[in-house]
Amino acid sequence: MKSQADAGSLSRMPPPARNSGNWRKLLERLWFYRFYYLLALPGILYFIIFHYIPMFGIVIAFKDVSPFGGVEGIIEAPWVGLKHFNRFFNSIFFWNVIENTVVISGLKIIFGFPAPIIFALMLNEVFRLKFKRFVQTVSYLPHFISWVVTTGLISALLATSGGLITEALNNLTGDNWSFLTNPDHFRGILTLSHVWKTIGWSSILYLAAMAAIDPALYEAAAIDGANRFQMARHITIPSIAFVITILFIFEIGNLLDAGFEQILLLYSPSVYSVSDIIDTYVYREGLLGLKYSFAAAVGLFKGVMAFLFLIAANALANRLGQPGLW
Amino acid sequence: MLKLSRNEKLAHAIIYVLLILLTLAFLIPFIIVFSTSFISEAEFARRGGYVLYPEAIDMGSYDILFGRSKVILNAYSVTLFRVVVGTGFNLAFTITMAYALAKKDLPGRVPLTIFVFITMVFSGGLIPRFMLVDALGLRNTLWSMVYPGLISAWNMLIMRNFFMSLPEELFDAAIVDGASPPTVLLRIVLPLSMPVIATIGLFYAVWHWNSWFDAAIYIDKSHLKPMQIILRSLLETTNMQGLEELAFIEDPPPAASLRSALIIVSTVPVLFIYPFVQRYFVKGIMIGSIKG
Repeated sequence: MKSQADAGSLSRMPPPARNSGNWRKLLERLWFYRFYYLLALPGILYFIIFHYIPMFGIVIAFKDVSPFGGVEGIIEAPWVGLKHFNRFFNSIFFWNVIENTVVISGLKIIFGFPAPIIFALMLNEVFRLKFKRFVQTVSYLPHFISWVVTTGLISALLATSGGLITEALNNLTGDNWSFLTNPDHFRGILTLSHVWKTIGWSSILYLAAMAAIDPALYEAAAIDGANRFQMARHITIPSIAFVITILFIFEIGNLLDAGFEQILLLYSPSVYSVSDIIDTYVYREGLLGLKYSFAAAVGLFKGVMAFLFLIAANALANRLGQPGLW
Repeated sequence: MLKLSRNEKLAHAIIYVLLILLTLAFLIPFIIVFSTSFISEAEFARRGGYVLYPEAIDMGSYDILFGRSKVILNAYSVTLFRVVVGTGFNLAFTITMAYALAKKDLPGRVPLTIFVFITMVFSGGLIPRFMLVDALGLRNTLWSMVYPGLISAWNMLIMRNFFMSLPEELFDAAIVDGASPPTVLLRIVLPLSMPVIATIGLFYAVWHWNSWFDAAIYIDKSHLKPMQIILRSLLETTNMQGLEELAFIEDPPPAASLRSALIIVSTVPVLFIYPFVQRYFVKGIMIGSIKG
């Protein structure tokens, strides 16, 4: 605003030489890099269209938008303030989805976070290189498999009718076992399948940190009479401690992502009470129930909370003297 | 070689046993579906469900998937489109933007990087994204599986970091020799970057192969459904006739067998390729873990 006014009042006088020189210089510099801007342009357009426009699309959370109105429908829809947020905070589902999100995410951290560290420490003790490489390669396999296929494998083992483990238990005990539709077991299945899918792949960074340890440290420790346990305890673990810290902090930062696709593919109404997380709730209310505005409000709530978590995690990382995400 | 005490030897023995058990835990689910894909209706009825090994080989399920039904071949071609065309688009858009943002003295480079970074920590959420794809008229087109995920900010930043690590003198020398910026990119940078391009390309390709949710919400038309969607409907349905794609089948093979066969069919390409390409992926994580 100010610079515009200045430009207006100065327009009748010859422009100050230095200023116009700066503008020209800037334009010349920009022109000099035209090829690079041209290269960046498609990417910039992509991020504007598919990321920034949806960010502004969250205005529908403050309106009453009908799913059939299209773009004009969004503009014409009446503003309703925080109505949808209040409805969510006061609904009987609020604490349920929050609890499920945090508990499932927490279980995955408690079991899924140490698992790859232990796995990497065990692999570090294996001196037969072929065996080590084989175990590693096989452990990466679940990472390359889709969640759809993974749920197919889970139901081969645990389906109520025909699942290998279910039928074996039925024959053994004479009872009728159920897992995937049983609220007592469902979170356990989510946790276990999460560990199965991520343990190998997540161990890579730890193994890389271990490979970077100076072998002289181990040799010196061996001369001092240290055994393998003491070496693991006093050399290996301290050397990977920084990787552990940083990954743990970001695990906490992603607390609200409890595994949308996994849960959506595995759950059923009989286990909603223990597995309905924010993301699945948004999906059902919004895309299946066609309550766009309400679901967008819930989604926005999650987005803001997740953002705050990430900022806090990053601040914590910086505080501990670790380079965070930024 | 190291000398181990009795306790250490015992600990090592336990570690080996645990690792073998773990390896089995990774493999057994695949063995079960592989075996079950070969069993016949009679064997299924007798044995009551999924099996660890088949007593007799029956190709009925594969016969249906490939012979009597066009669904699978069609789904394969949709998935192949995603993987080939989608990955090509991903790479073209990712490389160009990464190369521009890697130019160290480019005016506005830092704000542009922040502009991309913001999308990694905050998103509008599922509903606005869905409404956008709908408003753009992309629903029920193959492009709904390509455009919304055109650039992964993460992959783009990995690639940018790689470009930034290339020695500057290389480009200066070329420019002094009269090469234009496009020539530098095509003749010098791209050939030097093949390993990282292969790595990122594989990231994208596997992502396309395995994607399910985007197609599940954007695609309703049968002939546009990729493999993962067909597999999902088959896993979900309780009776085979209920599935519109397979409704015409008379006396179908057991559901468990048909499902298993489809899991195998949709996984085999990945199973065969991943042991050879996993080292690229490992390299990709390493590059990504180094901050630039």
